[in-house]
Amino acid sequence: MSAVLQPGQSPGTGPLADPPGDTAGAVGPRLMVRRFTRNRLAVAGLVVIVLFLLFCFAGPLLHPTDQTHTTLSQVNLAPSARHLLGTDAVGHDELGRLMFGGKVSLLVGLAAGLLATVIGTLWGAAAGYAGGWIDAAMMRVVDAGIAIPALFILLVVSAISTPGVFGLVVILGLVSWLVPSRLVRAETLTLKNRDYVHTLRAIGGTHTRAITRHILPNSVSTIVVAATFQVADAILLVAYVSYLGLGVQPPATDWGGMLSAGLTAAYSGRWWLILPPGLAVILVVCAFNAIGDGLRDAFDVRGRA
Amino acid sequence: MPTFLYLARRVLQAVVVILIVTVVVFCLLHALPGGPARGILGPQATAQQIAEFNRQQGLDEPLPVQYLYYLRTLLHGDLGTSYTLNEPVAQLIEQRLPKTLVLTVLSAVVALLIAIPLGMWQAVRRNKPVDYVVTTLSFVAYSTPVYFLGLILVLVFSQLLPWLPAQAPQGDTLAQVFADPAGLVLPVVAGAASMIAVFSRYMRAATLENLSEDYVRTARAGGSRRNALLWRHVFRNSLTPVVAMLGYYVPVLFGGALVVEQLFNYPGMGLLFWSSAQSSDYPVLLGCVLVISIATVVGTLIADVVQRIIDPRVKAGRA
Repeated sequence: MSAVLQPGQSPGTGPLADPPGDTAGAVGPRLMVRRFTRNRLAVAGLVVIVLFLLFCFAGPLLHPTDQTHTTLSQVNLAPSARHLLGTDAVGHDELGRLMFGGKVSLLVGLAAGLLATVIGTLWGAAAGYAGGWIDAAMMRVVDAGIAIPALFILLVVSAISTPGVFGLVVILGLVSWLVPSRLVRAETLTLKNRDYVHTLRAIGGTHTRAITRHILPNSVSTIVVAATFQVADAILLVAYVSYLGLGVQPPATDWGGMLSAGLTAAYSGRWWLILPPGLAVILVVCAFNAIGDGLRDAFDVRGRA
Repeated sequence: MPTFLYLARRVLQAVVVILIVTVVVFCLLHALPGGPARGILGPQATAQQIAEFNRQQGLDEPLPVQYLYYLRTLLHGDLGTSYTLNEPVAQLIEQRLPKTLVLTVLSAVVALLIAIPLGMWQAVRRNKPVDYVVTTLSFVAYSTPVYFLGLILVLVFSQLLPWLPAQAPQGDTLAQVFADPAGLVLPVVAGAASMIAVFSRYMRAATLENLSEDYVRTARAGGSRRNALLWRHVFRNSLTPVVAMLGYYVPVLFGGALVVEQLFNYPGMGLLFWSSAQSSDYPVLLGCVLVISIATVVGTLIADVVQRIIDPRVKAGRA
């Protein structure tokens, strides 16, 4: 990578694009905000996320619905003034369910994405800092993890058990920490040879101190950008999980659960059972990806590899 | 580093990765509650019957010993026998894998044929309306769960407009698969969509990077026409990161096939895996994961080597 960016031009964008740029760029906060707000897609993404959070968490106050008990006299109703998005196969109001399921999707996605980032950061920083054969061994574990497709692992886990919400977060975190670990390792490799790290070691500072006081704080922009993409992927993965039979159990649900429950209904023309949760997933995942893009430009870091 | 040394090193790494995969999968599958015995013998089985079954199958040995047994049989090309289908796993995979490869390779080829020109077009038209529209579409395609996309495709192109069949080609042989090309259209499109999104982004970024290189400026200053330059030089140089990315994309393709095969009832390895998960058929699950992981490791290896051959900058450690 040797391209020189013209000043004032933001690097290429995209969920998996890999634009050139300095690692750990020292960009002032005001410049960061300006760069972020210039990316219209990123600002739109931020707005979408805020709206969805309001919709899912404040929405039930304005539109209270019973999502626990079934109402068998009100099943499969088409959208009407009383039920704006109709009702599902057991009589739940679909609009209320979209808010109810959205809470789980957003919370599990956020938690799993952040957990994956934390695991990946620690693993990558340790590997890169240790170097030598420890680094080689740790990165072969990452290679092995990447070689096994996550959906296959999740399907195997679903054959074993049906975890609760907490278990779900842990499982999703454990299958998706690999990419951030590679990014943080690459960052650590360049940072560990900086003078301030050598100085710290020379005056008797421990390795742990070098990692926690110097390496990680200096990688924070890489980590924040990785975390944003990680959350986007986790929310998408949450939507797959119910389809694979691992999702949260009724009466709780999430957008993926609503989608899988609505799959057969869709063939009978009940579009209102799949389009709202499907579009919600797409919008939220797009929004997080767009925010990640904007943050990457704002921080001037290289994207996920 | 000389090419021979580089190759030896990469192959050794690949072997280590495959060994780690076998350990991971082995541990995962042995964490099962109830164990395989109850799955085969049913809930009515007595403790004695279960003990007998475990002894016959070698399931009462310590885990490390079982793992070594497993590794030894693997080296003989034996992936075990399916608990439910009562056939050798290797044979089951051999029957199903070609069909999955047809699906994944077709999806990948279609995706690349669309994504590469699309990404270059975006780069040339950077920050113009076309670029924004394609970027937005890429985001949407990347963010759509494959099963949701497949469902929408079936609803639109097979229910609303009766153009294409909602079921993938059936039958055991590849000839039967190719005898029904219309049935392949929707599964291939569903499998290709997110790959088009990812690779057009990659191609766009790589092309932009190359367009800002000195050689482009020099050639332009020397009077080269932009299109000739684009296709003769920028295109080739931009392909390197795309080739490298292809190796890493193999597991994503198989993950997509898992969902697509289930959705369109296409009897490949994904569907085999799916039904094996329903019946806790560990040998089949283990075998499929192993084959897919080896495919990924080999894919990454080939991509790295090809990248090294086609781009001298990689060998020199400058890209």
